[in-house]
Amino acid sequence: MAYELVTIGTSLGGLSALKTLLRSLPREFPAALAIVQHRHRESDQAMSAFLQQFTVLPVHEVEDKECIQPGHVYFAPADYHLLVEYGYFSLSVDEPVSYARPSIDVLLESAADAYHEQVIGVILTGANHDGVQGLSTLKARGGTAIVQDPDTAESAVLPTAAIAAVNVDWVLPLGQIAPRLIHLCAPAGA
Amino acid sequence: MAGTSGFKEQSELSRTSPVSILKPNDVDIHLLVEGLYHRYGYDFRNYAKASLKRRIHTFLKGENLASVAELQAQMLRDRACAERLLLGLTVNTTAMFRDPSFYQAFRQQVVPLLRTYPFFRIWHAGCSTGQEVYSMAILLQEEGLYPRCRIYATDANEKVLHTAKQGIYPAKQMQEYTQLYLQAGGRRTFSEYYTAHYSNVILRPFLRERIVFGEHNLVTDGSFNEFNVIICRNVLIYFNQTLQNQVHELFYNSLCKFGILGLGKQETIRFTKYETAYDELAKAEKLYRRRS
Ligand SMILES: C[S@@+](CC[C@H](N)C(=O)[O-])C[C@H]1O[C@@H](n2cnc3c(N)ncnc32)[C@H](O)[C@@H]1O
Repeated sequence: MAYELVTIGTSLGGLSALKTLLRSLPREFPAALAIVQHRHRESDQAMSAFLQQFTVLPVHEVEDKECIQPGHVYFAPADYHLLVEYGYFSLSVDEPVSYARPSIDVLLESAADAYHEQVIGVILTGANHDGVQGLSTLKARGGTAIVQDPDTAESAVLPTAAIAAVNVDWVLPLGQIAPRLIHLCAPAGA
Repeated sequence: MAGTSGFKEQSELSRTSPVSILKPNDVDIHLLVEGLYHRYGYDFRNYAKASLKRRIHTFLKGENLASVAELQAQMLRDRACAERLLLGLTVNTTAMFRDPSFYQAFRQQVVPLLRTYPFFRIWHAGCSTGQEVYSMAILLQEEGLYPRCRIYATDANEKVLHTAKQGIYPAKQMQEYTQLYLQAGGRRTFSEYYTAHYSNVILRPFLRERIVFGEHNLVTDGSFNEFNVIICRNVLIYFNQTLQNQVHELFYNSLCKFGILGLGKQETIRFTKYETAYDELAKAEKLYRRRS
């Protein structure tokens, strides 16, 4: 079954890792991408605008109940959790999870709940453990788990913890993650 | 929406058979929410599913229950458990001058319109513990408009309303609130608006003078007045699209001609039926104006 959604979680060092990853995805990339990057509460839309410079895919800062469209990149807005429903996003201001809002766990768990084996979870560089629980749930629900090789991560804490806790499908250097996603998401028979 | 499952969204319905078969986990949640409604009248049937589910599971852990089915049985027998669940299901996160740019836009775009009225009514729907309402009172006071207004502040949760009425908040939050007040364009010294009392602060009584607090449930209660401004921030995110449309109908019918609607920073009228009923007054700040 084809993948419909790629969920990505990262914190420290995430911006430059995302730049590398997103710039390697082609215009016809067939799945949607949803991203949680921990950041400062006050930061505004600057980040999605910043990343838009590096990708041909349209980048959005998610608004509540926004539709999930293939080939679009969706960012969790500052100070909101990003949750996935089937076909669209919801937001919440529930208490922080693992000290984080947005929380990677919340994104990955809700995505697993809505998309089961049609979702890929990607954990990139990060300095805490938010995302480990989510990746574990995602994997348990039949999703595919990819973790950045800690040796290539600006902060190895998160990827190392994810690899220790989850039976991940792929541990890849940053540069190989986009090619892997392209390969995994390619329509059958293409 | 009689006959359809409260949890099934339009998009899902059209993909599945008319019976709308649910996954086992979702059936449990569905039954719990139906039970809560039919046994106690608390209506969460059209709340957004993903966040509701998360909160139910968090609640389970706190109650040391093993499954949603167990919670359902317990909750049906034990009213106290249902009351705790009710509190566990609503989220009351708020702050004074949360999103300062909203208040700046309100000063710049809405205040000039309000000046043209000898008297105006504002409704804060889902006001939680009241910080948002007092922020508005302070803003209007500084603009010289406070004596001309009446603010109706409502929430479905009587517990948070009780706190709201008191206007007493932990002193340790004042540093953050002061910061936000200044970013929001505050013109005075924030500490003028409260007196310290041990580890709390008490807001000055005059700020409460023109506010009426009351219980109102956006799902089950109707329109109760006509307003010049309705503020409803970070409440609709907890509702699915069916319920959002229903509440937008209530808001539309409760606003006067050219009345102002203010939503949360990441909320939008765009994905609702009322998209074309409003003009954007301040796009990024989600301030809308009723067309006619
Ligand atoms: C996250 S708080 C938002 C508080 C405030 N408006 C703000 O933005 O800072 C959400 C509030 O909506 C209230 N709420 C939830 N469901 C409601 C309903 N059906 N009717 C009225 N209020 C509701 C909750 O009790 C809670 O206080």
